[in-house]
Amino acid sequence: MDITGRDPLFDDDEEDPELQNQSEFVASKEFLVYLIDAGAEMLLPFDTKKGSFVQVSYLQSVLEAVEENLKQRIIGRDDKVGICFFNTIQKKNIQEANGVYVWSELKDLSADLIRSFSTLHENFQKEVGSQIHRPAGARENPLYDALWVVQAMLRSGTSKNVAKNVMLFTNNDDPFGDVDASVRQDMRRTTIQRAKDAQDLGIGIDLIPLSRPGEDFNLAIFYSSILKMEVDDEDGAQYLLAAANKFEDLKLKLRKKLYKKRTIRKMKLTMVGGTEIGIRTYALVRPSVPASHVWVDSRNNLPLKTERSFICYDTGALMAEPLKRFEEFQGKKVVMALDELTKIKNVTNVQLQLKGFKPMKCLKDYHNLRPPTFIYPDEEAVQGSYAAFIALHRAMLQQNKFAVAFYGSRASSQLVALVPQEEELADGLQLEPPGMHLIYLPYADDIRPTEKYHICSEASVPRASKEQVEAAAAFINKMKLDSWSVFDISDPAMQRHYAILQAIALEQEEESLLEATDTTLPDSKGIMRATSAVQAFKDAVYGPQHDQEEADAAAERAKGSIASQKRKAAAEVACKEAQNYDWGELADTGKLKDLTVPELKLYLTTHKLPLTGKKELIINRILTHLGK
Amino acid sequence: MPPIEETLVVLLDASVIMRPHLHVALQSLMSATGVVVQLMFNKADEVGLVFFGVADTKNDLNKELGGYENVVVSRPIAIVDEDLSKCLEDVPEGTVASDFLDAIVVGIDMIVKKLAQGKKGNIRLSLITTTENSIRDPDTGTVEEQVDNIAKQMSEQCIKLEATIVRIGQQTAFLDSKTQQKNEALLRRFESQAQAEVSIMESSMSLLGAMKPRNVTPTTLYRGDLELTPSMTVKVWVYKKTAQEKFPTLKKFSDNAPASDVHATREVKMDTDYKSVDNPDISVPPEQRTKAYRYGRNYVPISTELMETLKFKTEKGLKLIGFVPVSAMRRHYYMKEANMFVPEPGHTKSILAVSALARAMDASHQVALVRCVWRQGQNNVVLGVLTPYVATQLNRADGFYFNVIPFADDIREYPFTSFNTLPEALQPSEVQQKAADNLVHMLDLAPAENREMLQPDGTMNPILQRYYNFLHARALNSEADVPPIDEALHSIVEPDPELLSENSFAIQQFCTQFPLTPNFQKEKGRKRFWRERVKDEEAPLEIKDEAAMDVGPISFSSLVSKQVEEVGITNPVQDFEVLLARRDSSEWVPKALQGMKKIIDDLLDSAYSGNTYEKVLSCLCALRSGCVVQQEPLEFNIFLRKLATKCQGKRLNDFWERVVREMITLISRDEAPDSDVGSEEAAAFLTSQREALQEEPQDEIDEMELLLGEAI
Repeated sequence: MDITGRDPLFDDDEEDPELQNQSEFVASKEFLVYLIDAGAEMLLPFDTKKGSFVQVSYLQSVLEAVEENLKQRIIGRDDKVGICFFNTIQKKNIQEANGVYVWSELKDLSADLIRSFSTLHENFQKEVGSQIHRPAGARENPLYDALWVVQAMLRSGTSKNVAKNVMLFTNNDDPFGDVDASVRQDMRRTTIQRAKDAQDLGIGIDLIPLSRPGEDFNLAIFYSSILKMEVDDEDGAQYLLAAANKFEDLKLKLRKKLYKKRTIRKMKLTMVGGTEIGIRTYALVRPSVPASHVWVDSRNNLPLKTERSFICYDTGALMAEPLKRFEEFQGKKVVMALDELTKIKNVTNVQLQLKGFKPMKCLKDYHNLRPPTFIYPDEEAVQGSYAAFIALHRAMLQQNKFAVAFYGSRASSQLVALVPQEEELADGLQLEPPGMHLIYLPYADDIRPTEKYHICSEASVPRASKEQVEAAAAFINKMKLDSWSVFDISDPAMQRHYAILQAIALEQEEESLLEATDTTLPDSKGIMRATSAVQAFKDAVYGPQHDQEEADAAAERAKGSIASQKRKAAAEVACKEAQNYDWGELADTGKLKDLTVPELKLYLTTHKLPLTGKKELIINRILTHLGK
Repeated sequence: MPPIEETLVVLLDASVIMRPHLHVALQSLMSATGVVVQLMFNKADEVGLVFFGVADTKNDLNKELGGYENVVVSRPIAIVDEDLSKCLEDVPEGTVASDFLDAIVVGIDMIVKKLAQGKKGNIRLSLITTTENSIRDPDTGTVEEQVDNIAKQMSEQCIKLEATIVRIGQQTAFLDSKTQQKNEALLRRFESQAQAEVSIMESSMSLLGAMKPRNVTPTTLYRGDLELTPSMTVKVWVYKKTAQEKFPTLKKFSDNAPASDVHATREVKMDTDYKSVDNPDISVPPEQRTKAYRYGRNYVPISTELMETLKFKTEKGLKLIGFVPVSAMRRHYYMKEANMFVPEPGHTKSILAVSALARAMDASHQVALVRCVWRQGQNNVVLGVLTPYVATQLNRADGFYFNVIPFADDIREYPFTSFNTLPEALQPSEVQQKAADNLVHMLDLAPAENREMLQPDGTMNPILQRYYNFLHARALNSEADVPPIDEALHSIVEPDPELLSENSFAIQQFCTQFPLTPNFQKEKGRKRFWRERVKDEEAPLEIKDEAAMDVGPISFSSLVSKQVEEVGITNPVQDFEVLLARRDSSEWVPKALQGMKKIIDDLLDSAYSGNTYEKVLSCLCALRSGCVVQQEPLEFNIFLRKLATKCQGKRLNDFWERVVREMITLISRDEAPDSDVGSEEAAAFLTSQREALQEEPQDEIDEMELLLGEAI
């Protein structure tokens, strides 16, 4: 353990404070307005692909998706959200524009918000109202107004760390279709201008187009000009596909804390010749743990402040945090100052010293201590880093080697393996980023000779025969998981934790907790498929009589060993004999001491009390048991 | 469970050939199996020490049976204590020949005699030798038969052998001499018949790591069934394979109790108090506190009991989920320290099943995905991967290595720019790529089979080693400094000079091909700045600590209120005393003295009709007493003499008369032994100066004239 008392496991996760305010590719926080079309088209029944028979309107499924997204977002991040509808009957916005209803201004996510949003489904028509019939000749342009309102809603956050986005849901690809031709062109132009203005202010517009039954959402009619894209058919189709996925993703049940990409540490990889390559480190794999609890005052639910104080054990005096530590060694208290302890750990000033290269097979499966750290070149710190890093990366991949380096940090200095990772893509998505994984290697002190714990004293231990290995191979073949990915299985304990939190916060019924399925359990269908292979394997290694043998052995065990059978019989006898004495009477009259120890033990055996001790102790035990 | 006691007999080759490496082997023994660690962890362990290949002979077998020459039992088997380190320092003189079989027999004899006394536990022989001397042929039969006999005996007595062959400085295995090969074969013969292990150490660094510092009692993490399918289970035991030896956590030290109190625990208790936000004076009692979790803007209170009833529950057991190809299981998924699955010892069916599975997986390049709940009611499940361990030694069972892999929740998907899409200018050129290819090829740490540098399994933790060395040194001497990192361990931290010189061309090529220019314009250090600030804040605290112990005539509490760096004009006496009291550096005393002298000079020079005399006198008094306390009499005496010449009979004569009146004398030998004057002489100085005053008015005038003349 580190001297600070913290688990040093993730000490390298400590970030450079100078990096904290840096937005790299993505901002650390998001301000998001859900802008939802409530127009007539949205009331059409939505064709959910799963073929459910309950007819749900577009609007309702958007509301559901947004609700799920809110529940996910509240766990993941510290975002602020706002919710705004357009094409509504009611109006509610500071600009007093018709057909725009700001249901919730931009604010922190809270349980209240989600709760009241979930009740909106039933009350929507009453509270907001869809504008089904557009008044003839109306010169209003709700989309234009809505964009304006949303822009105002997002004005508040000024910090550059904040990403501001609008998520626009609609199934109407032609918002000005039924407008009088004379004003249509004008409306179109001003709306595009409005969208462009918003984008210029750093507000991203994300369109979630929903295709109506029988016809694809035609981006070319209007929305492509808002999204600033030239649409040909192929692109459009791809965008729609991506958007449909995005919509499904909104409803994703996985509750996961989302992390914005951030650098852990900037450092230099020192080559053997002394030249330095700039790199940055990232945490791509880290065990997620539920956010730690806080203590609150149960009367008002306000968080409590914790105060730590140090007290001298000998004098009881309050003291400042001591700067000295000690260890008991040979009966002496060996005192060390904190800076001496730091000095011991500080064995090098080089952050990452390259030592050489080894073939991948030298990296054993047990050469692992904790999650790896990802490294990527940093051209900003050292010019030429990309070229040098990429060249090494390629050479290592091609020669199937990894690099060994010494990693020096305050918390732990150790040997590490740098394993090159090739970029892997699937459907244009990056599955594995290009770079190297820094794997922390154990020292000899950390490796245990487990293989040798049960060395057979005879010449050799049994080994599987060729037939047995073949039977195992056939079994393995049946139990193969097709296209397994690390994303397939979520942590049931974490999902449960978030479900509990959500259920209590939103005052849901607790039954909802039972819904969650444990994806870690083996697939029963796969096991069915493997039935015969398992049997064959079992027969090959255990012999065909195995189950019978096991059953016999179990029956034998149930009877108990000979010794325990004897013990049982003895206890029964004792029980019977003990009934010949009136223990209460004997105790009251003080005659217990007249009995012999074996006689007294009859009582103890009957009542399953310990039999040890001298006569006096035994009598006391009996008296205590009798309650006297 | 108390740790299993261990009996270890070290058989150390001290022959002439071994000599150059002996210090490293000794260091390894000292620091690893050595005294410190043994005392720390395995208090009951017993260690014996035998030197062989030495000029002397001293062992029981020699006395009883004759023969067994050049073997010295330096220390019989006994509980580890400081004596052992003395034995290690006192190595008898070496000879040319060393016969490790003799040494092994002597070692076994020691152990057998000890066993007769009812000694139990783990028994090891640790042999360190160069194997460069041939083994004497036995009187009857062959050497091989002799080895077999010894091995049989060892196996009967459950004695383990760890043989370390030292072959430092040899480049390849091809250079092994015939003798070496023969001896190695002999030692390997032990491997097949007794619980023996032979390792070859080719560098000082690996020799240093040859000794496992701490024997951890093996404890299983899990014993029970591994469910392949509901209809078939295998009995397995799960052990840790890697477990990081952490830097020790030291207790906080309190020096509040007087140093003389031998019973003081010196410990510090830590108290946590929960205060309500609206009234920070009141601490909230435990029954009024509830655990809460953040949910957006809200805190959701959930009592521990409620959490307990609602939370995810598990049944103990291991379940196979399925098999995936090795290629799909990326190395960077491994999240924690590795475990190992072994079939239940003695359970032949399970040993066979595990063996069949491991071998089939190995052949078909598959790994197994398993769901683990080690303990009943554990509050999460662990997802892991089994990779086959196929044993090469006949006496070991096949098994699996186990590593924890992430859930979908644990993976963070950050996008990174693809290398291929980077502009041409940032990509390596063909020549550059060649230089990199060559570097990766040449800088090979594992150039041949069985030759691997910096193998984790043989590399010691330099930091822990340094800590134990320091602990040992501090225990003996409380002033001891942090020792430098052990020389043999330098090669872990720094580039290997040998590898450097061998591949200087490839390295040079890489360096010249890749011009790497750091960008300095970015300001480096908010962090550093902050750290420095913390350091500054720590410094006065340190003084406070000492102030508590050191109760001197000066009131420290008033002094430490501000940090004094020099003697100032406003409060010179106080500043001077604070500076003298500072212990954080030796530079403060001279600084204080110089500062005080300067202040006195300055004050006198600026004196107007005696207005500063009072202050100067107090300064002079302070300086005098300071010089007495610091034992710097000359500093003061020289200064006072200079002052005398400066003042007497001149503008400042009236000040000097005050000095005489106040009897501010030179510091005499009575007050400070280093002084250049006796007490009489010291007292006489003032009066003699008065006389001198009458004798030397001339000088003054001359000086004045000189000045006036120049001015005109």
